[in-house]
Amino acid sequence: MAIKFPSDEWIKELSNQLNLSESYEKSAKDWEGDFVFVVEPDTAYDGTAYLFLGLYHGKSTGAAMISHEQDRPAEFILRAPFSAWRQVIEGKLDAIQGMMTRKLRVEGNMMKVMRYPKAAKEIVSCCALIPTDFG
Amino acid sequence: MWYFVSPQIVFGEGALDALDELKGQRALIVTDEVLVNMGIVDKVKAHLERAGIATHVFARVEPEPSVETVRQGAQMALEVQPDWIIGLGGGSPMDAAKAIFALYERPDLHPAEINPLVPLGLRQKARLITIPTTSGTGSEVTWAVVLTDTEEQRKMGLGGRELAADIAIVDPALAAGMPPQLTADTGLDALTHAVEGFTCAWHTDLTDGLCFNAIRLIFQYLPRAVADGSDMEARERMHNAATAAGLGFGNSLASMAHSMGHALGAAFHIPHGRAVSIFLPYTVEFAAQESPDRFAELAMLLDISQAGGAEAARALATRIRDLCHQLGNPTSIAEAGIARADYEARLDKLVDDAFNDTSMMSACRAPSYEELRQLFTYAYEGRPIDF
Repeated sequence: MAIKFPSDEWIKELSNQLNLSESYEKSAKDWEGDFVFVVEPDTAYDGTAYLFLGLYHGKSTGAAMISHEQDRPAEFILRAPFSAWRQVIEGKLDAIQGMMTRKLRVEGNMMKVMRYPKAAKEIVSCCALIPTDFG
Repeated sequence: MWYFVSPQIVFGEGALDALDELKGQRALIVTDEVLVNMGIVDKVKAHLERAGIATHVFARVEPEPSVETVRQGAQMALEVQPDWIIGLGGGSPMDAAKAIFALYERPDLHPAEINPLVPLGLRQKARLITIPTTSGTGSEVTWAVVLTDTEEQRKMGLGGRELAADIAIVDPALAAGMPPQLTADTGLDALTHAVEGFTCAWHTDLTDGLCFNAIRLIFQYLPRAVADGSDMEARERMHNAATAAGLGFGNSLASMAHSMGHALGAAFHIPHGRAVSIFLPYTVEFAAQESPDRFAELAMLLDISQAGGAEAARALATRIRDLCHQLGNPTSIAEAGIARADYEARLDKLVDDAFNDTSMMSACRAPSYEELRQLFTYAYEGRPIDF
């Protein structure tokens, strides 16, 4: 059954998928740094959603939909309109290209992000495993 | 949405004369001792002096330039205060020049911060010229910079669109002095760029034609250039092909062969072009198992095979190996002279580094960690990929 995006259930399922992924674990084995994904409003989505994802040494330490990006301070914030998030999850927008064209706007240590491109791709691959309801 | 970035390119016989018209006060030439000893730096200086530009030379760039070297070059730039920085040489001096340019303009930056996610605000003090002397890395037209982290023995894939040169001078006379082995290694680097640029997941309509034409030229003219370095038609076509390949892959991306080649080069100091071209046929075969279409299209366009699908893709891999054999280049890691025990001792790191290399982002069939390990093993043994 499809899980609504964005939602607490969806981000928890992503956390679960990451912890099942050997590829993610290997590519992120030295990674330290949590994320907040900010889903911004556009013509397809009213409001703003904040999704916290804890990441440490190849595993997800937890995930939750939060009320505001400051509720769970994270080293990285990734902002994009709903439609851009949908394109990434559906594989129509490469996440790294999205960041390079500022369709996805990253706040945090860029040096670190660019050192782990494979891990970024694996996160997106795990997103694609979640049956998602964008409606 | 994507970008196509290119310098102004002056190419062909006599292109170096374009420096006579340059406007400016001081130029810092970033290069290596080999080119100083060959007299090529003096040729460039003579043109700049005719333009009334004072010249300074930083000739300490080593093959696979390190972060430390770039810091030293940036320090010299801060002392000299050039309004032109000129990268003269193979990929190493040109990449070093780009990094020195960035650090001269932004002394607050750590080299690892030179990345495409952050605007750097360059060109407040200087502009950049690149002049290749190999055919070649394509660095003269790309915005990529590859430095070596000597502490971690790892290649760092850096870059940003602002690092594309303002002017690239592609004069075949500067490549004419390359000995046969260097001609082969750098020519195969250009081939790998073009094949990966055409077939990677980031390929574009604007880059496909450049990549295809580069491949066509390389298959035709590289054997001639290796066999007879005085064949100036072959030298000029190869020099142009390398730049075309650079524009092609520089505006799409390199891919798995480069990820693996970077890892091997950092560990064993195999020349870059030799390393990536060893891996290229194996990565073509690997991708062909699941995503053969782009490779098959290339094989068809090049009249290698009309069979389509995985069969055509494997024919392309065979053609690449045949070219390597024709040039006397190795097609396996064992043939490249690396002892098995040494290779296996470093295999974990090779896999780790390749897995996280920026070029791996565009692989059309992304390997798992175990598959990548197998690829490295097969490439050592010279076994065609069957998984």
